[in-house]
Amino acid sequence: MNDFFSTSIYAGVVISLLAYMLGLYLKKKFSLAILNPLLVSVVVTILVLVAGKVDYDIYYEGAKYLSWFLTPATVCLAIPLYEQFALLKKNLKAVLIGITTGVLTSLLTVLSLSLLMGLTHKEYVTLLPKSITTAIGMGVSEELGGYVTITVAVIVITGVLGNLLAEPICKLFRITNPIAKGVGIGSSSHAIGTAKAMEMGEIEGAISSLSIAVAGILTVIGATVFSNLL
Amino acid sequence: MKVLKQFFIILSISCVGEILNMFLPLPIPASIYGMVLLFVLLYTGILKLEDIKDTGMFLIEIMPVMFIPAGVGLMSSWGVLKPVLIPVSIITIVSTILVMAAGGKVTQFIIKHSNSTEEDSKIE
Repeated sequence: MNDFFSTSIYAGVVISLLAYMLGLYLKKKFSLAILNPLLVSVVVTILVLVAGKVDYDIYYEGAKYLSWFLTPATVCLAIPLYEQFALLKKNLKAVLIGITTGVLTSLLTVLSLSLLMGLTHKEYVTLLPKSITTAIGMGVSEELGGYVTITVAVIVITGVLGNLLAEPICKLFRITNPIAKGVGIGSSSHAIGTAKAMEMGEIEGAISSLSIAVAGILTVIGATVFSNLL
Repeated sequence: MKVLKQFFIILSISCVGEILNMFLPLPIPASIYGMVLLFVLLYTGILKLEDIKDTGMFLIEIMPVMFIPAGVGLMSSWGVLKPVLIPVSIITIVSTILVMAAGGKVTQFIIKHSNSTEEDSKIE
């Protein structure tokens, strides 16, 4: 199968899309939170690659064209943000304090759990930027001397987890206001969570988009300070 | 032509974002510069919503698909994750839940609080 994947640059995209559509179908059919289309597609694609003994690098040769759209798509998050700007302006204080709370909670949880579980300084700084968008998080991890590959993996896991848990967490903690949902999702699980927020509603998506940018920048500053604490 | 023109505008903004990322010494990725730039262009009226909206909303709609390659990439980071799997999993799960709950709850509290004081002052 390695040969096939290296001959066809469409194979990686086709298998990813097929797995995603399977995820959409399962979600529609069973409506269980665990049948999240992104999670299902990742798991199914990995299973297919492992079963067919296809290397990730070979798969990525084709699949990278999907990632290619990420920058333009993230740029477009300005559209819902612009459409909801009046609402944002009216609640600016709440949104900014909410995002700051999210960032501090992230840094403090990583610090206290790292202390509790006896992680090394290097492991600790690897995890500090876990809640922010990959491009910023990688830079922070590198700057602080962390294991960048682990940081990237943890950021992706955090995003998928946020995408998966957004609805149950909002329900459990009785977060009903769409602006508040957006802040929670965007500051905890960046763009992957925001994809879910966009599905939940325009307001959720717009505020979540803003939270990616603000939480990312606040974390750059916060993580530098926190890196001295362990 | 409409989609082509919209796609062209979006890619041009992404490209300017990359140039800013290259020349400004800040740890901000191209996509965030682009997001801010597009917002400014819309806000100042230089771009109209209809100049980009159809293609833009399509890109946002299919955004989850763009994360599949990164997610599948976890299969190749398994080797580095395995030795630290337990602490990393605990920290990831606990902090994701706490951050979402804390950020959301605090925002909701302030919105409710400020709206109710607004109403109070109206009554007065």
